[in-house]
Amino acid sequence: MIFRLICCALTLCLALSAARAQDGGAPLQALLQANADAVANPSRSTVDGLLAALLEADLPSVPLFLERWRDRAVYLRASDGLFYFATQAEGGFALTDVDTGADLGRADGTDLTELRPNAGVRRAIGSALVAFQLLDDDPVKRLAALDAIARSPAEDQLEPLRLSIDEEPDPALQARKIRLERLLSARFAATADERIAAIESLKGDLGVDARAVLNLILTTSPAVFTTLPTDRNIAAVLEPGSKALSEAEAYARLVEADLSPPLTGVATIRDALIAAIADGQVAGIPVSTLTTDAAREAAYEALAATGAVPPLVTLEDQAAALTAHQFVLIYAESDPAITAAAEETLEAILFNVGLNQTADLTLDALSLASIYFLAAIGLAITFGVMGVINMAHGEFIMMGAYTGYVVQLFIPDYTLSLIVALPLAFAVTFGAGVAMERLVIRWLYHRPLETLLATFGISIALQQLAKNIFGTQARPLTSPDWLSGTLTFNEVVSISMIRVAIFVLALLFLGLLIYILKRTRLGLEVRAVTQNPGMAASMGINPDRINMLTFGLGSGIAGIAGVAIGLYAKVTSEMGTEYIVQSFMTVVVGGVGNVWGTLAGATLIGFLQKGIEFFNPSNTLAAQTYMILFIILFIQFRPKGIIALKGRAAGD
Amino acid sequence: MNRSFIARNPSVLWFLLALSVFTIVVTVLSEVTGVGLISTSFVKTLGKTLCLCLIAIAMDVVWGYCGILSLGHFAFFGLGGYAIGMWLMYARTELIVVESLANAPLPPTDKEVVDAIATQIFGVVGSSEFPLLWAFSHSLALQLLMVVLVPGLLALVFGWLAFRSRVTGVYLSILTQAMTLALSLYLFQNDSGLRGNNGLSGLQNLPGLDAVPQSVISIAFFWASAVALGLGYVLFAWVVSGKMGSVIRAIRDNESRVRFLGYHVESYKLFVFTLTAIVAGIAGALYYPQAGIINPAEIAPIASIYLAVWVAIGGRGRLYGAVIGAAFVSLLSSWFTGGSAPAINLGFYTINWTDWWLVLLGVSFVAVTLFFPKGIGGLFDLIVLKPVADRQGDYGPDKGAWRKEEGEP
Repeated sequence: MIFRLICCALTLCLALSAARAQDGGAPLQALLQANADAVANPSRSTVDGLLAALLEADLPSVPLFLERWRDRAVYLRASDGLFYFATQAEGGFALTDVDTGADLGRADGTDLTELRPNAGVRRAIGSALVAFQLLDDDPVKRLAALDAIARSPAEDQLEPLRLSIDEEPDPALQARKIRLERLLSARFAATADERIAAIESLKGDLGVDARAVLNLILTTSPAVFTTLPTDRNIAAVLEPGSKALSEAEAYARLVEADLSPPLTGVATIRDALIAAIADGQVAGIPVSTLTTDAAREAAYEALAATGAVPPLVTLEDQAAALTAHQFVLIYAESDPAITAAAEETLEAILFNVGLNQTADLTLDALSLASIYFLAAIGLAITFGVMGVINMAHGEFIMMGAYTGYVVQLFIPDYTLSLIVALPLAFAVTFGAGVAMERLVIRWLYHRPLETLLATFGISIALQQLAKNIFGTQARPLTSPDWLSGTLTFNEVVSISMIRVAIFVLALLFLGLLIYILKRTRLGLEVRAVTQNPGMAASMGINPDRINMLTFGLGSGIAGIAGVAIGLYAKVTSEMGTEYIVQSFMTVVVGGVGNVWGTLAGATLIGFLQKGIEFFNPSNTLAAQTYMILFIILFIQFRPKGIIALKGRAAGD
Repeated sequence: MNRSFIARNPSVLWFLLALSVFTIVVTVLSEVTGVGLISTSFVKTLGKTLCLCLIAIAMDVVWGYCGILSLGHFAFFGLGGYAIGMWLMYARTELIVVESLANAPLPPTDKEVVDAIATQIFGVVGSSEFPLLWAFSHSLALQLLMVVLVPGLLALVFGWLAFRSRVTGVYLSILTQAMTLALSLYLFQNDSGLRGNNGLSGLQNLPGLDAVPQSVISIAFFWASAVALGLGYVLFAWVVSGKMGSVIRAIRDNESRVRFLGYHVESYKLFVFTLTAIVAGIAGALYYPQAGIINPAEIAPIASIYLAVWVAIGGRGRLYGAVIGAAFVSLLSSWFTGGSAPAINLGFYTINWTDWWLVLLGVSFVAVTLFFPKGIGGLFDLIVLKPVADRQGDYGPDKGAWRKEEGEP
C-alpha cells in the first residue's frame, strides 16, 4: 500500500517536472524538442546543423548534455517524448533533468530508449564539446580543456583549437593554445606541408610533450623482408649481431613471422629426450650416457631420423636464415619528408636539451661542491692549518644540526628559529671544540696519529650520546617557506632554493675565513703559530690561546654547516660519519694548509661525483667507488693536493 | 747476536704456552668431551676472538713496529673471508643441486649443474650467471690460494703506489681508509658479483660434513684458529726481531734517517704491509666460517678503526699487547652489548650498558691514549724489569714514532 502511494507520488512529480520542462523553464529541453528527430536519430549529415543550433543557444547546460550524449547516457522516454540523462540503477534507471541536473527519481527500463549516436556523430559531438570548453567564459575551464587536450590529443580537436586562438583574451592561455596547436598540427594537420611547417616550428622547444609528439611521429615497427621494399618508409636496416639487434633477437623475429623453424634449444632437446625415454633408452642410446650437450644432440638427431621429432635446427641453420633476410625498422608514418623533418627537429631539440642538462648538472655539481665545502672548511682549518686530525668533526656537524632541531622545538617560527639556530650552533660547537682542544688535543700536538685515535674515541662517544638523547630515528629540521621552493629557469634547468642558500652560505664563509686569516690580527697570529710556534711565542704571541681559538673556529663552522646540511638532509646521530671521509678527501685533494685549496678540492669532488652519476645515474654507490679510486690515484700524482704550499709555509 | 731466537724473544715461549693451555682447557670444557661447561656458541666466539687476535698482531706489526697507521686492514680480512666463503657457498650449493638433479629423468650435464648453482646463489640479486669473479670457486685449493693472493696483491699494488709517492702519516691513514670505504661501497652493489648487501651466508655449514655436529666443527675451527695465531705470533716475532726488525722500528721512528743510511725504506714498508695483509686475509678466512655470514658492512672503515683501538688499548709495539687488547675489548664489547652486563641504577637514571657501552669505550679510549700510552701490555713491564736506555725525548720525529712514555720500563 505504502509502496503504491510512493509510486503515485513519484509519477505525480515526474508529470509535474515534465510539464514544467515544456513551459520555457527548461530552454535546453525545449531546444531538443524542437530538433527531436535529429537528436534521437542523429546522422553525419544532420548533426552539424543541430550542433550549430546548440552552440548558438549558448546555454550553460549544453556542454554536459553533449558529453552525456556522446557517452550514450541520454535516453528518450516514450511516454512523454522528453530527453533525460539516465544511469542504470537498482530497480530500473535513475533519471536526471537535462537542464537543471535535478534528480527525477526512477523509471522503468521498458519506457526508455537509449540514444546511440554512431562513431562519426560522436566525433562531431566531441569536437563541438572541445569548442565549447575552449570558448568558455571561465578561464579555469578553458585551462582545464587545454589540459585535457594535452593529456589525450586527437585529430578532431585541431579545428576547434585553431578557431579558438583568435578569440582568446588571456595572453598566457593564448600562448598555450598556439603551442598546443603546433603540437597537434605536427601530428594531425591535413597536408604534409602544414605538418612539416609545424614540426619545424618545434625546434628549440624544450618541453617533454614536444619530444613525445616527435617520437610518436617517428614510431617504428620491426619487419623482415627477403628483399627491401621500395614503397615503405624505412627507418633503418639492422644488421643481426649488432648492438641494436642481437642474433638471437633477429632469429626470434624470423620464428615469429613463421619464416623459420624455432631453434632447437637445450631445453627443447631435453624435453624431447625425456618424452622419448623407453626402457632406459632414447632411440637406442642408453640414458646414462647423455651427460653432455653433444651426446644429447646426437640422441636428438637419432630421434629426428625416426621422424618422432622435428629435425635439429642448429646455430649454422640460424646463421644461414639470418643472412637470407633483411631486418628493417619501418616508420608508421608513410611520408619520408615528414619523418625526415621530425628526425632533424628531434635532433636539434635533443642537442638543445643536452646543453641545458649540462647547465643543470653544473648547477647540481656547484651545489654539491658547496655542501662539501661547508662540511670540509672547518676541517680545513683544524687539519689544514693546525695539522690536527679531528675525527669528531662529523660529530660537530651533527651537534650543529641537533642544535637547530632543539631550537625549532622552542621557537615555532621557522625563519626566526633559523636566525637563532645559526649563531647558537656556532656557539655550541665552538665551546665543544675549545673544550676538546684544552682537554685532549693539546697534549697530543705533533702526535697526529694518536690525535686521530683519541678524537675517534670522542666521536663514537658523542654519537652514542646523541643516540641516547635523541633516539635513533631521524629528526626533522624544517626550512622556512621562502627556502622550500625551487628556482626554475626552464623545463630542464631548475634548482631548489635551499641549495642556492647553501651555495650562498658557502661563499659567505669562504669570504669570512679568507678575511679572518689574511686581514685580522687573529689570522696573522694563527698563520705565525702554524708556521713556527717557537718563533711566534718569542714574538709575544700566546700559542696556546691561538690554538684554542683556531680549533674553536673550525669546530664552530662545522656547527653552522650542520644546520645547513640538516635543512636538506635528515638529522640523525650518524649523519657526521657520512661526511667525515669525504671532508678529509676534500682537504687532502685540495691541498692542506689553505682555504683556496679546500675550495678547489670541493669543486673537483663535487663536479666529478655529479659527472660520474650522470654517466651511471642508477648507481650512486658505483659513483662513490670510482670517485674514491680517482682520489687515491690523484694523490699519487699530486701528493700535496691541487694547491700545494710552497717555500717556508710548506713546513717540511 | 749469537743467542737463539727463543732466548731473544722470551715472550714467544710464554705466549705459546699460554695459548696451548687455553686451547686445551677450552677443548676439555667444551661439549665435545661431554663436560659441556662451555657452550658451542661460546666456543665459536672464542675461535672468532682468536682470529681477531691474529689480525690485531698484524695490525700491531704494521702500526706499532713500522709506524704505518693503516685504517684498511679489515678490508684484507674481509677479502680473505669472501675468498673462502665463495668456495663454501659454491660447494655446498653444488651438493644440494646435484642431489636434486639426481631425480631428473635425464642425468644432468655439467652446464646444467653450474647454471642451477648460479641460479641458487645469485637469485637474490636477480641474476642467474656466474660472474668472472667466481671462476675458481669450484676448487678449494684455488680459493685457498685466493685467500692469500687477493689481499696480498691488493696490498702490494696499493702499498707500492702509496709508498712510492712518499705518502706518509695521516695522509696514508686517510688513504687506506678511503681504500676500504671504496671496497665496501663497491661490494654493496648488487652487480659486484658478490651478492651485494646480502653477502655470503650459510658459511658455517661445511660441504659434505652435514653429519658432523657443530660442536665438533666449532672445536676444529677453534684449534685451527689457535694454530694460526701461534704460527702468526712466531712469524711476526721473527720478522720484528733481528736486523730486519731493527730497520722496521727505525723506519717508525725516523724514516728519513733510515733512508739516508742507505736502506730502501719503501721495500721494507711494502714487505711489512703486504705480509700483514696476507695474514689478515688468512685470519678472515678462519673467522667467517665460524661467523657464518659475511657482508660488505664487515669491511666498513669503522671496523679497521676498531682494530687500531684494540691495539692501542692492548699496547702497541708489543705483540702480546695486541692479542690482549683484541681479546679483552672484543669479549668485553660482546659482554656489554649482549645485555649480560648488569645495569647500574643511579636513582634518577638507570645506565643500560647496551646504550652506554660505546660512550664508555670512547672515553676510556681517550684516557688510554692520554694517560696510558703503553696500554694493558704495559702492566707486564711491572713484572719483567729489563734494561732500557735512558732517553730524554720522544723516539723520533716521525708521526708514528714511539712516545717517551712508551719506551719507559
